[in-house]
Amino acid sequence: MNRSKPRRTGRRHPLATVALIALGLVFTGGGYAAFSSSTAQAETVANSQQTIDEGEKLFQANCATCHGTGAVGTDAGPSLVGVGAAAVDFQVGTGRMPMQMSGPQAQVKPVQFTDEQTKQLAYYVASLGPGPDIPSDHLSNGGGDAANGAELFRINCAMCHNVAGAGGALTEGKYAPPLTETSGVHIYEAMVTGPQNMPVFNDLNISPEDKRDIITYLKYVQDSTPVGGFELGSLGPVAEGLFIWIFGLGAIVAITVWITAKSN
Amino acid sequence: MSTATPATAAPKRSFTASAAVYVNERTSLAGFVKELGRKAFPDHWSFLLGEVALFSFVVVFITGTFLTFFFQASMVEVHYDGSYVPLKGVEMSAAMASTLDISFDIRGGLFIRQMHHWAALLFVAAIGLHMLRIYFTGAFRKPREFNWLIGWVLFVLAMAEGFTGYSLPDDLLSGNGLRIIDGLIKGLPLIGTWTSFMLFGGEFPGTVIVGRLYSLHILLLPALVAIMIAIHLVLVVVHKHTQYAAPGKTQNNAVGPPILPAYAGKAGGFFFIVFGVLALIASFFTINPIWNYGPYDPSPVSAGTQPDWYIGFADGALRLVPPGWEFVLFDRTWSFNIIAPVAVIGIFLVLAIAYPFIEAWVKGDKREHHLADRPRNAPTRTAIGAAGVTFYAALWAAASSDIIATHFKLTMEGVIHAIQAILILGPFIAYFITKRIAIGLQKKDREIVLHGYESGRIVKLPGGEFIEVHQPLDEYDRWRLVSQESYEPLMLRPNAKGKITAGMRLRASLSRWFFEDRIAPVTKAELEQSKHDHH
Repeated sequence: MNRSKPRRTGRRHPLATVALIALGLVFTGGGYAAFSSSTAQAETVANSQQTIDEGEKLFQANCATCHGTGAVGTDAGPSLVGVGAAAVDFQVGTGRMPMQMSGPQAQVKPVQFTDEQTKQLAYYVASLGPGPDIPSDHLSNGGGDAANGAELFRINCAMCHNVAGAGGALTEGKYAPPLTETSGVHIYEAMVTGPQNMPVFNDLNISPEDKRDIITYLKYVQDSTPVGGFELGSLGPVAEGLFIWIFGLGAIVAITVWITAKSN
Repeated sequence: MSTATPATAAPKRSFTASAAVYVNERTSLAGFVKELGRKAFPDHWSFLLGEVALFSFVVVFITGTFLTFFFQASMVEVHYDGSYVPLKGVEMSAAMASTLDISFDIRGGLFIRQMHHWAALLFVAAIGLHMLRIYFTGAFRKPREFNWLIGWVLFVLAMAEGFTGYSLPDDLLSGNGLRIIDGLIKGLPLIGTWTSFMLFGGEFPGTVIVGRLYSLHILLLPALVAIMIAIHLVLVVVHKHTQYAAPGKTQNNAVGPPILPAYAGKAGGFFFIVFGVLALIASFFTINPIWNYGPYDPSPVSAGTQPDWYIGFADGALRLVPPGWEFVLFDRTWSFNIIAPVAVIGIFLVLAIAYPFIEAWVKGDKREHHLADRPRNAPTRTAIGAAGVTFYAALWAAASSDIIATHFKLTMEGVIHAIQAILILGPFIAYFITKRIAIGLQKKDREIVLHGYESGRIVKLPGGEFIEVHQPLDEYDRWRLVSQESYEPLMLRPNAKGKITAGMRLRASLSRWFFEDRIAPVTKAELEQSKHDHH
């Protein structure tokens, strides 16, 4: 066998096309990301008198039926004086408010207001009395200690939200929702305002940095690729048991039928 | 077979033959292989379920051995320093840390761990289905009562194996499970607290439980399982396998392909299929992601905490107890919220193990039975089985009451109350419906034997009368439908001393319950008569 050195043919390396496409994708994606983040900043609503006035109009039109004029509350809905901007941003921003129907708790549904309108409503309600504010980015974007956050989550949150954030049942038809898609801002706001049946975790109870750690952990869980394969809804042994009975044993029984059918 | 050298006159054996002779001269195995190899194994898909259990056990055994190389059964506190970021630096037991290492830092570790766990789940599930097959075909009757008993022991051992294994990683989920067991034990009167302290070496959770469970999990329990499986299989060989009635298949024979050569090959191939299915499941589906659960700490409890499926019925029994079953008497707390479910589970398991003996006593039947019953031909037994399955299923479903509530948007209380009702009423409903269906199917069989199938062919007779022609059954199919045993309620007669004892009365009333509603099998005379009736 006469081995010859691979000769240069002058043609491109076979992976050159792949590299070129990858490079193109990185640039387009990066450019898009840069552009969209800059527009997001541009849309940020300032807490000004004009914003508050706009929010009041929206409130009178959409919320006053239950919460009363001036948000002082009626028989159908509680007073919102002193709940703060964070509560409004959470309830309206996740689609829970305006409430679709009375029930054990407000259901999540498609968000009814634009981000701008939500902020206007939030600042209007915040102007009625002091309360928790919408958290700043450095608290809600993660970037803290995931291990500390995981420990705090297990101790303070897992008994309702499940240790993997898959959600869980409460009494009388109420439930703790899954946290698999919740944004950092909304998680933070939920902790400081205690929506539905959730207790308030104030800053003395869990410090803002610890809250950031919890968000870091939840973001880690949301973003990480499952290492063991499909997670079966992170529901633990119930999903695993149903899986082995229906698909595991089901497949095996199908095979036993096949094996014995061959001989007949 | 003289192939090698034509020069020598003596016949030259092939290599296989010489090897066989070599081994046989030293072990005298030939007789054994001849005997075993000619054993016939009747062919039906449901006869392979026991094999599935056996093969899953082999997979559990192989993968488990791999895991022992890396698992540290110690509750010494360490700081985790492996690859999984959200647990870095967290204090945990060496058991948990080594399980995380198996999952993240040992090549193939997670795959083997998942395969071990999935195979364990399949092991118990296959045992369960195998037991149901034995029950509903009456394959537990004489002479196989002891094998039912051993199978039952294997089922309990498998649950114990599963639970001890599930508790080893010392993660939050398994710790919660152990805490429930601790509570169960402590709730028992008189012995509870002492037993718990003995088991955990002091107050829960202590520092010894993982090591103790490990010894049980890898030493005592597998040894017992292996011994029981060996006895179980020897008895299967001794008794011969049951078979369904068919032409040529009677009480006195076992018809099927012999074990050697084809059947053994087929069974061996089936092992690799089971192995392969488990490997596929383990590759694609997460099981017990302990990294999500984190290390055990007695303070947190996660929502949706459940045991593995085979312990679910016990967890469900605890969930279904109504509130307020606890009172103080003689300066002691009596926790009937724990004693009652433990007693119910105990009674259920004892009834399951005792059933073959109860049925034999009620029937007064001392004959051997080698033909598997069709479930419809033993309506009361089938109905009792359906009631038992419903009862177990209600307990089982109760263990997932919270997940049922969230996923079907129901209230937790509503789910619990509904399952409580199903637990009590469901078995009765299942009993009556099943019995009716079984008797209905028997009636249909009888009709088919006597009058054949409806052919849909309408014939006009010369006299103007219309009749539908029924197609008679061929003899092979008829054999299957008529070869069944028939029992009648026992007559209550005085014994040798001229007395009727309470035991005899009980037996007579149970016998009436079993056989009062019966469809008599077709007799020869009826069959002959029906042939004459045919148009």
